[in-house]
Amino acid sequence: MMWIFLLSDTFIFSCFLLSYMTARMSTTVPWPNPSEVFALTIGDKEIPLILIAIMTFILISSSGTMAMAVNFGYRRDRVKTAALMLATAAFGATFVGMQAFEWTKLIMEGVRPWGNPWGAPQFGASFFMITGFHGTHVTIGVIFLIAIARKVWRGDFDLERRGFFTSRKGYYEIVEITGLYWHFVDLVWVFIFALFYLW
Amino acid sequence: MTNAAVHIEVQQPSLHLQGHEALASGAAHAKGQQHPIKLYLVVWGWLFVLSTCSYLVDYFGLQGYLRWSLILLFMVLKAGLIVAVFMHMAWERLALAYAILLPPVLVLVFVAIMVFESDYTHLLRVIFFASST
Repeated sequence: MMWIFLLSDTFIFSCFLLSYMTARMSTTVPWPNPSEVFALTIGDKEIPLILIAIMTFILISSSGTMAMAVNFGYRRDRVKTAALMLATAAFGATFVGMQAFEWTKLIMEGVRPWGNPWGAPQFGASFFMITGFHGTHVTIGVIFLIAIARKVWRGDFDLERRGFFTSRKGYYEIVEITGLYWHFVDLVWVFIFALFYLW
Repeated sequence: MTNAAVHIEVQQPSLHLQGHEALASGAAHAKGQQHPIKLYLVVWGWLFVLSTCSYLVDYFGLQGYLRWSLILLFMVLKAGLIVAVFMHMAWERLALAYAILLPPVLVLVFVAIMVFESDYTHLLRVIFFASST
């Protein structure tokens, strides 16, 4: 079922990226240069896109810890699974925090969904729509991870404790399902990073 | 992924795995996917390398077709690694791989349609609106 959901989510993000492509190709006004828009001044040097690069590395690291959590889940290593899932959630929360920082910075600089100081007005709409939806997915993923990590930690899947809402037994497989969702969020970021930030 | 007790043939000889055991059948469900942790660390390392490469494309300010092809290349490689190893698609049965991977590929048709459409829109805007702005 998670795969089916992810497939439908793929189409949602495809449509966002497609509408972004269409807007960018059909505008007669020059598109703002993302390399300059997302540059940060650290010290005295202006480094292009550095915040986005760090965010990318954080999300990839979170995917790595998640993959290992799934592995330990299959080995029924309760403590390591929960700890790695919480590490993943921490990476995810850091990512969302940095995204909030980025949004704040851009809004302060005058980017709005209907216009911005540098060029094509569609830039703001595409940016807020795509990264906003992705950030929402990350946030939901963090909540999902914490909920499942709590169950693993408590030993629900070893004791075959029944779920609060479903009254059904859970299995360690849920760790893999959570992992699928999380890797998908990372996957979407790979495409956003390439097509929106680097293009 | 509640696959029935199917033994999946794996290409890599080093990774002889058993398929997932059906949970519903009440069999001991302790096995599942068993890969060495090293596999994940290696993939993790590669993802870091590929991300660094795609960042360097921007850092050195490469332009034109070289930039676009490099970006797309690194993007596809990263996506492939994540789906194949992290999401265990490489060890799933073929039917699932086709069912999940084929439909997104068809999005490329939509992309092609929208490329024509936006070219057309752009042309109309240049002809009728650009002079007034």
